Amino acid sequence: MRYVCLIYEDEKNWEKMPKAESDAMMGEYFGFTNDIKKNGHYQAGEALQPVATATTVRVRNGKTSTTDGPFAETKEQLGGFYLVSARDLNEAIQIASRIPSARLGSIEVRPVIEFNQ
Amino acid sequence: MDARAAVEEVYRLESRRVLATLIRLLGDFDRAEEAMHEAFVSAVEQWARDGVPANPRAWLVSAGRFKAIDAARRRARFDRSLAALARELEHSAETDPKLEDAQTLEDDRLRLVFTCCHPALTPDAQVALTLREVCGLTTEEIARAFLTTAPTVAQRIVRAKAKIRDARIPYQVPERNELPERLDSVLRVIYLVFNEGYSASGGESLMRADLSAEAIRLGRLLVELLPEPEATGLLALMLLHESRREARLAPDGTLVLLGDQDRPRWNRALIAEGAALVERAITSRRFGPYTLQAAIAAVHAEAATADATDWRQIVALYDVLLRADESPIVALNRAVAVAMRDGPAAGLAIIEGLLESGALDRYHLAHSARADLCRRLGRVEEARASYVRALALVKQEPERRFLEKRLEEL
Repeated sequence: MRYVCLIYEDEKNWEKMPKAESDAMMGEYFGFTNDIKKNGHYQAGEALQPVATATTVRVRNGKTSTTDGPFAETKEQLGGFYLVSARDLNEAIQIASRIPSARLGSIEVRPVIEFNQ
Repeated sequence: MDARAAVEEVYRLESRRVLATLIRLLGDFDRAEEAMHEAFVSAVEQWARDGVPANPRAWLVSAGRFKAIDAARRRARFDRSLAALARELEHSAETDPKLEDAQTLEDDRLRLVFTCCHPALTPDAQVALTLREVCGLTTEEIARAFLTTAPTVAQRIVRAKAKIRDARIPYQVPERNELPERLDSVLRVIYLVFNEGYSASGGESLMRADLSAEAIRLGRLLVELLPEPEATGLLALMLLHESRREARLAPDGTLVLLGDQDRPRWNRALIAEGAALVERAITSRRFGPYTLQAAIAAVHAEAATADATDWRQIVALYDVLLRADESPIVALNRAVAVAMRDGPAAGLAIIEGLLESGALDRYHLAHSARADLCRRLGRVEEARASYVRALALVKQEPERRFLEKRLEEL
């Protein structure tokens, strides 16, 4: 079996943390990632930019609508994900609008943090 | 003219264009703003010594880019990524002459409009960013116009710029297939700015005319750079509304309804320009709600007296508009036009149906329209109840005065 582990947390915790503490936590993350890479569990993993960078894409009656923020309705549940590479947000929105569930639910598009820049 | 006066004149005419181009070249709003200011500072010194250059805008863009390269080099000691940026900027300046050709520069303003009105930004941020970056209003001016504080506006702008950077919202005119949604968003921002200036959402109507003028300027810019029918229709709509500004408030600040306005006070030049634009948009056959609303405004503008209004044509236009935009507010406006064509009872029947559906219960104009039709039918008590309900919901001072006057007259 393969599993997705989704990380939920109050992103303000990271802002409030003293630098030494957040550095330690990041170190712990890198250690954990290396560990599961070594023992073969690791398939993929990314850190996401804060929720303020999120954009929601929906398609209704053939028309794409784009809005600021993560606006999944409370009756919608996370049903899957794609990790895509795109030139910029516009291209990402175009790809997202082609995901079949964009017609029924909503697709949250969120940039990944690129650590090696 | 001395050099300082020349620089000030160029600043007034060209600073928004220079900024738009620098944002594209530098890929960052704040860096571009800083570079532009430094370029203008050197212009004051150098133009006094060497005279005003033949093409001040090109001079400023080029000076701004060199200032940005200098700044990136200075800071590269602290941030290695800036060294790469400085190299990249130098390289692109040497190898790509297209970066500064006339059409590319002209399109920069359009790119900036589309970036500022990107639907991935909150609607408030789209408006604030457009007024700040495209129109050059200060945060204080934007705050005053939208009855909020300068720090609130500043924070909205900072957050929007951060999202543009972090989510990588590109600096470009949308492709054909994206254009409908993206153009909608730009038109909505422009119309919102216009309406905020034309019928403020609250308080007294001070300094609002400036906002409408700003929106019309934006509308003209858009039509010039991207002559899409709906952009033309929106410009027509704003000009036709603007033509009535003088006549729509009585000297005591009370709202004057369209039918009671002193028509010779309407601005004929604006009406002529607006009507010609409506024609142009309609003949394209790709028009939408803005063009239809402009066409309705043009029918009103062409009637010499209120009694001479062609209500049959107005109802027909509302029928088409309602098919394009099924909003209850459009349905309400159509009902008022039906009342003018077929008598108050016919209009009232439609309005009561709309009120029963509940969609317009909190909309003061629905209740004041009902009140007016009841009044004309002699149903005084019902009229009174509806005026009272409208007064409880109204936010704007000139409209409040109008409703109070009508209630007293019953």
